[in-house]
Order: sequence, then structure tokens, then C-alpha cells
Amino acid sequence: MSATNARLKSRLGIALIAVALAVLPFVVGAGFGNSWVRIIDFALLYIMLALGLNIVVGFAGLLDLGYIAFYAVGAYLYALLSSPHLAQAFPALFAAAPGWPVWLVLPLGAGLAGLCGVLLGTPTLKLRGDYLAIVTLGFGEIIRIFLNNLNAPANITNGPQGINNIAAVHIGGHALNRPLELFGIVLPGVHLHYYFFLALTLLVIFVCVRLQDSRLGRAWVAIREDEVAARACGINTRNVKLLAFGLGATFGGVAGGLFASFQGFVSPESFGLLESIMVLCMVVLGGMGHIPGVILGAVLLALLPEALRWGAVPMQQSLFGKVLIDPESLRLLLFGVALVLVMRWRPEGLWPSALRRRELSTHAADGA
Amino acid sequence: MDIFIQQIINGLVLGSIYALVALGYTMVYGILGLINFAHGEVVMIGALTALTAIGLLLPAGLPGPMLVLAGLLIAIPVCMAVGFTVERIAYRPLRHAPRLAPLITAIGVSIVLQQLAMIGWGRNYHTFPALLPTAPHQFAGAAITDLQIIIVLTAAVLMAGLVWLVNRTRLGRAMRATAENPAVARLMGVDVDRVISFTFVLGSALAAVAGVMVAANYSIAHYAMGFMLGLKAFTAAVLGGIGNLGGAMLGGLLLGIIESLAAGYIGDLTGGFLGSHYKDVFAFFVLILVLVFRPSGLMGEKVAERA
Amino acid sequence: MTQHVPLRPLSVLAAACMLAACGQQSDAPAPSASVAADAGGATLTVRLGHVAPLTGPQAHLGKDNENGAQLAIDDLNAEKMLIGGRVAKFELLGEDDQADPRQGTTVAQKLADAHVHAVIGHLNSGTTIPASRIYHDAHIVQVSPSATNPTYTRQGYKTAFRVFADDVQQGSVLGAFAVSTLGAKKIAIIDDRTAYGQGLADEFEKAARAAGASIVTREYTTDKETDFAAILTKVKSTRPDLVFYGGMDTQAGPMARQIKTLGLAVPMLFGDGGCTVEFHKLAGDAAEGNYCSLPGVPLEQMAGGNAFRERYKAKYNSEIQLYAPYAYDAVRVVAEAMKQAGSTDTDKFLPALAALNYPGLTAQIQFDEKGDIKDGAITLYQAKSGAWQALETMGGKASN
Repeated sequence: MSATNARLKSRLGIALIAVALAVLPFVVGAGFGNSWVRIIDFALLYIMLALGLNIVVGFAGLLDLGYIAFYAVGAYLYALLSSPHLAQAFPALFAAAPGWPVWLVLPLGAGLAGLCGVLLGTPTLKLRGDYLAIVTLGFGEIIRIFLNNLNAPANITNGPQGINNIAAVHIGGHALNRPLELFGIVLPGVHLHYYFFLALTLLVIFVCVRLQDSRLGRAWVAIREDEVAARACGINTRNVKLLAFGLGATFGGVAGGLFASFQGFVSPESFGLLESIMVLCMVVLGGMGHIPGVILGAVLLALLPEALRWGAVPMQQSLFGKVLIDPESLRLLLFGVALVLVMRWRPEGLWPSALRRRELSTHAADGA
Repeated sequence: MDIFIQQIINGLVLGSIYALVALGYTMVYGILGLINFAHGEVVMIGALTALTAIGLLLPAGLPGPMLVLAGLLIAIPVCMAVGFTVERIAYRPLRHAPRLAPLITAIGVSIVLQQLAMIGWGRNYHTFPALLPTAPHQFAGAAITDLQIIIVLTAAVLMAGLVWLVNRTRLGRAMRATAENPAVARLMGVDVDRVISFTFVLGSALAAVAGVMVAANYSIAHYAMGFMLGLKAFTAAVLGGIGNLGGAMLGGLLLGIIESLAAGYIGDLTGGFLGSHYKDVFAFFVLILVLVFRPSGLMGEKVAERA
Repeated sequence: MTQHVPLRPLSVLAAACMLAACGQQSDAPAPSASVAADAGGATLTVRLGHVAPLTGPQAHLGKDNENGAQLAIDDLNAEKMLIGGRVAKFELLGEDDQADPRQGTTVAQKLADAHVHAVIGHLNSGTTIPASRIYHDAHIVQVSPSATNPTYTRQGYKTAFRVFADDVQQGSVLGAFAVSTLGAKKIAIIDDRTAYGQGLADEFEKAARAAGASIVTREYTTDKETDFAAILTKVKSTRPDLVFYGGMDTQAGPMARQIKTLGLAVPMLFGDGGCTVEFHKLAGDAAEGNYCSLPGVPLEQMAGGNAFRERYKAKYNSEIQLYAPYAYDAVRVVAEAMKQAGSTDTDKFLPALAALNYPGLTAQIQFDEKGDIKDGAITLYQAKSGAWQALETMGGKASN
């Protein structure tokens, strides 16, 4: 009786969430304008990125400060395959406008990013935690520098100019950046992207949940908690860590491809160190290793700058008569303060898993 | 040949600055096992504080070197205070937290210091007045300025002083004991908290000097100058063997020279395929190679994995 | 009208006011209230978006652009221009793109949502290009006062205009100047690996080679670097007659100092990014003798240029940084096209803008079929006794 009742409740909850997600762009668009729908689209990309990084940092406990490089790899592969750039740069090799279908390009980008993850991981995963952090940071910068400079001798990435005219995702012959009329309702491009990104985000969440509960997921946790013990239990730690790196990178690659298609333009400056740190903050603030927490962190941090822009400026205006701290530095300032405070008072994050909270508090108790 | 000598000189000057900053990283890492990302920002605060102080003192009509010295003497205590406060507020509560926590805090502190500096000093580049002689001397066909000689010498003297302090004084012994094993050091009567505070303060004082050197040598200072410098200095510390004072100096000088030579010769060596735009790639590549093949650095001893 | 002001217009209003530094908060109608204002029949509210980085390292340039645009808005409102028989009241919605492409598209979307009548901006090519796609899709006219990357107007977007010579024009003039006027035969080129610096350096290289000079080395730095000793030593070893730098004043200034320190006695030449007051401050004594170019004619030679400088100084209590006069003109040409078309409707005034022949502050403004300014003049300057002295003005080659 009570079991069916609970099941009914959870089904009702899921149905409510589904309806809320479905109407969200309309409510937001009508209330605040489509630029907010665009911001939500970016927030979905950040959720994917944060979930990917969460596999590496949260599940396997490997600190990766260059995660954005995989995002860049996915974005550039999409850009190269869906823009006229290669045909212009190498007319002999590539036919004009390749027009690869998205169902091929996105997995390719994901695969390439995953391969990069494994390639980076192979020599470096034996390193201690903080050394690994620095190596990944260096790797991220190296990728960015190469993207920025590979316009000569052969023009592969178009250098700092970036790649322009990237085709939007086409589904059923319809480009997502064009408005679509459906049952008398006109869906603007940002709405279409929202639904597309939402579908993929849900897929990523599903994969993450399944991974967490799998044998592999438990192996990651074992390594995070005690690598020596994990090895003694018969876990091939090297392969399992490589899988974490590879899978995390794969998600980054997917998000990168979507970013390129949505933006229509990629350039190396979008893939700096600060972006890596931002994604890391999402994972850390939300709750390392806890999927709902990471999603919360990603949404909060993706919306924060916009909220500040809209809220902090008028507030300072009315309080002081002028703007003392501009929203961007206020955002970064809050960002930094939040990192310090969360680590000090709530290292398990804003929304930790019950298990993780217990672990961290015992850690603190026996002074590891 | 004169060009080669010039590149070595360039590398030495840059490397001396890296080395001074690297000392701060390496001391903190040696004792706490913490990568203090915020250290680069302390360098920046040193540079901007000295600049402001000099700007205020300029009307007093003191001779140039006196002004720089005065700026330095004001910047050093300010940086010490910053280092002390950061350790007290941000790092000390986390001393027994899991390893990732202080690292993430350090990133947060770095962002906070940078933004506070931006609010305080604005986002424009500030020019450092030309107070020290910058007329170049010719040396075997290469140019070197008095200022650059002063930088290299100051760095050398400070490093020698630091080695003396760590190896020959009571406090130094306490530092070494704490680095070896804080719990045992405490049992032996070492006030571990004070030693750690002192380490931060000392590293920050060196950072202040480095900051003034950077600002004087390049004639500019701005709020974002610290981060990349800090990263490079950290690379230098790792290259030399983190936790090892001699290693930090060697690593700093080597990295400076590697960067200069890379920027100068990489194009010729690769037949124009790679150019000076890959200078930073070189620095990071060296870092990765060292960490992968000799994680203990050039002069470090083998360190076991700390959980 | 203030009874049920929702959050959004209020904050837009406040943001616009703070960005535009206007004090008369009380009488500026909220953007969504323009229809209400129209109903009065007397005035027509024209809302123009302005986008530039107002935070970050280029904030001083972004603010300068916005100030220039705001001066034009003030003038237009004082002139009580008639559009379609109604007095136009111009408003500026200032937005900050942080010189970041992603932020650039977000604020572009925001302006598109706000149904602004036209957009002035962005400042950087890196943000202008991705944003232009959104403006094009939303059918909003965009006039950039300062983006110089040729790609911007070569995407086939009818809505994209600029009132500033592009890198092709500027690079070709700089190349010709370096070789024929300065007589440089061996030139070293350095760029900062940004879209602007690398783009300009490439165009310069083409033009200099075409004019018969040899490029002895091509070196690179970044837009955050302060140490150029290594690359300048390399440059010194190639014994050039001239060092060309593609990049901004924040690197050009310190670079000039380090060139002097290294005993490399050759002048530097750079484009508009280094042609600033700031360069003199950053380079100190080493500024003397270097050359730079700036699209357009010198402010002193513009009709009304000196008056513009005085008014700018009086209002903002600072010197013009760089592009303010062009931002001013960008607003003026849009207003003029609206006046000629008698409408603020894009369909009506876009053809008028494309066909415009308008005596602007900076130049006689006419657009070619791409939306670029026709035959944009470019002036060369030399640093003498702490200021930029105009040397000569060269007509830009029509770009294609």
C-alpha cells in the first residue's frame, strides 16, 4: 500500500519535473526574454561539462585542471567538419561544405576527445594528486596554444581568427538556429537548442547514474578512497583510471561540439584556464561525486554572472549612486570567496551524497 | 655568439625572478604539501604596493635608488601581512582536510586577491617610474643594464641568506623538522603553527622583492601580472625538485634560460615549423616531462606517495 | 507607467543609465514603454544597442567607445531630428561583452530580444563576428566602429557595416609606408597571436613583401606578456631596419622600452591598437620616434574634431582613448539613414544606410557593397615629444 503510494509519488514528481522542463523556455522567454533561454542553453552545456569532469574528479578522485581542453577538441572537430574552413584552406583535399550529419560529427568529436583523454592519461596517471593537477593544467594550456597557432605552416585551425560560419545542427532537415513552426507555435532557435541540449543532458545524466552504480563506478570509488587497497582487491587501477579520464573527456567532447554548433564560431580564447577552473568550481561547489549536486553547481555558476549583471548593478546604483565594483569582478570575487568558504565549512559541497558526507567528516576526524 | 650570450643574460634575469618566486612555492610545499596558487598574486601585490608608495614619495625628491628601496621596504611588510592572513584564514583550518581541499582553496584565494587588487588599483597598466639606471652596458657584444645586474645579485644574496637561515638557525631547524614530520616536530617542542606562519611570511617577503624587480625591470605592473608568473615559478620549483631550496633556484634559472633559448632558437631548429609562439608550450612540456620521468625533480629525493 | 514595472525593464533602465553615465534617470522611459511614448505622437523613441568590453583589460577602450556613442546620442537628442515627421528621442542600451565571444553572443541575443533598432559595436573582431550572425538572423543593423577583421563584412550579411578601415586596408597602407616612405628593406614582424594582432601582421607582411621588402623574421608574443627580451634578441640578430608589431598598446609600450634597452636602434611601427595616449605612458622615453597608423584623418583635421575633443573632455573628464569618434559616427550614420528613410524599420532604413553618403566627423562616409567604408583614409603618426604627430594621410586601397 505504502510502497505503491511512494511509487506513485515519485512518478508524479518525475512527471512534474518533465512538464516543468518542457515549458521552461516559454516561461523564461516570456518573463525575461530569449537571452535568458540562451543562458539556460549554455547552462545545459555546463551541466554536461561538469558531469564529465565529475567522473574524473568526483568519482575517481583525480584533479584535472585542464579539462576544458577536451571541450576544445570536441568544438574544433565539429567546427572543422561543419564549416567551409577546410575546403577553403585545402581546396585540393576537401570538397566544399562537407555537411557531415550531426549524428556522425558529435560521436567523432566525443571519440577524439576521449582518445586525447587516454593519451594524456597514459603517461601521467601514476602521478600524485597535485602533480597530476599541474600536468593537466599544462596540457590544457598546450592544447590552447596549439589551437591558437596552427594556422601556419598549414592552416588547420585558422589560428587566433577562429573558425566561422559553422553550420548549426540539422535535425530532420531543419537547422536548429532557424525558428520552427509547430502546431501553430513558433519555436525560436534558442528553444530548439534547448530541447536538443536537454535531451543530450538527460542522456549524459543517465549514463552517469548507470556508471556510478556499475562495477566500474565502484572501482573508481575504491581507487579514490585507497588506491593500494583497490589494487590489492584485484582492480587494474591503471586501466580503471584511464577509463575515467577517457569517459570524462568524451562528455567534454560532446559538449564542445554542441558549443561550436550553437555559437557558430569557435576561437581559442574560449578555452582558457579560467574556464577549466570554472567547471571545476561547479563540481566542487555542488558536491564532488554526487550527480544532483554537480548539476546544481553547474546551474548556479552558469546563472550567477547573469544574475549579478541584472541584480548587482542596479543595487549598487541605488545604494551608492554609482557602480563601485563591476559585475564581472564581483562575480569572480564571489567565486573565489565561495571556493574558500565551501572548502572551509562544507567541503562535501552544497548538496553532497549522504555517503560522501560521512566519508569526509570521518576524514577530518582522524586527520588524514 | 653575442646573440647567444644575450639570450643567456635574458634567461638569467628572468630566471632570477622565477627562482625568487619559486622559493616561496617550494618552502610552503615542503612544509605543508600545498601548492599555494595564491603566491603569484602576492608578487603582484608587492609590485603594486611599491609602485603606489613610490608614487606618494616621488614629490619628496629623494634619489631614485632610495625611492625604490623605500617602496620595497613598504611592500615587504604589506606582502608579509597578506601571506600571514591568507595562511591563517584560508589554509590553517584545512590542515587536516583531504588533499584536494587546500588546493581548491588556493585557487579561490588567488582569484580573490586578484579581484581585490583590481578593485583597489584599477585594471589599467601602471608604469613604474624609471628610477634606476637602465642605460645598457656592452658585455661581449650583449647588452645588460645596471638594473638587471642588481636583480641577479639581489636574488643571489637573498637565496644565500635563505639557505643560511634554513640550515644554520634554530628557526630553520624547526622548519626542517616540521617539513619532515609535523607531529613529531610538535612533540619535540616545535611550535608548528608558528613555523608554518613564518614560512608563509618569509615566502611573501621574497615575493615582494620579486614583485618590485619585475615591475622595475619591465617598467609596468598590473593586477593580472601574478598568475602566469606564479605558474612559471611553480614549474621552476617542480623542475628543480619541489620542497628543495637549491632545486628551486636551479629550476628557476634553468627555466628562464630554457624559455629564452626556446624563444630565440626554436624557429631555426625546427626549420620554421615551430616559432616563438610555442615558448610557453616548451615550459609546460618541460614540466610534464620532468613530472612523468623524474617526479622528484632534478635535485629532489624520491618522495613516497602521500595519501 | 511605473506602477507595475517588472524586474527586467527596471534593471535594463538602470544598467543603461549607469553605462551611459546619464543622470536623468527619472525621465528616461523604460525600453518596453517606447510604444506608449509613440502613442503620444510627438516623439519617436529610437533605441540603439552599444556593445564593447566594459570590464577586463580593454575596458578603457570599451568605455571610450560608449562615451563616443553617448555623445552622438546627446547631440541627436539636442538637435531634435525628425524621423518620418516625428521628433526622435534616441536612447543607448549599453552592454558589456567582456571581449569574450560567448558573452558577445549572449548580449547580442539580449539586444535582439529588446528589439533595438540598431546596434553599435562590438569593439573587438572576436566578438563582432559571432554576434553578427545573431543580428543578421534577428534582422538588426550592426555598425562596428572598431572591429577591423576583414571576415566581419565578408560573411554575406547585409546587416553588417563598419565605419573603420579594415585590416586589409590598414595593412596595405602600413606596408607601403614602411617600404616607400621609411625605406625599410629588412623588416621584423612580431604579433600577439590575437585575432587583431595576427590579422593585421599578416596583411602587413603581404603588403611589405609586395612592395619589395624582405621579412627577416616573424616572432610572436601574447597579449599578456611583459617580457620580450628573448624574441627581441632574436630580432636583433637579424639586423632589421624596422620592427612591425601587430598588437595593443599594453605590449607595444613595454616592447619599445626593451628594444631600447637591448640597444636595437630601429623604430617600431604598429597599427591603431598601439596608437594611443597610453602608449606614451607605457613606453616613457622609448616612445620617441616610433610610428603608428590610425584609420581616418587626425582629429585636428576633422571638421569639428577639436570641438569634439573639448566636449568629450568636458563631459567625461578624460582624453579620447581611441575609437570614440568612430563610435560617434556609427551612431550618426544610423540616425541619418533613419532620417532619410523616414523610418526606424530595418527594411526601410537599411537600403538608405547602404546608399548613404554622409559627411561624418571622421570621414565622408559611404559604404561599399560589403558594408565596409569606401576608401577609408588612414593616417600615419610619429611619436614626437610625448605625443603622436600626424605625418601624412594615405587613402586606403578599396578592399575586395
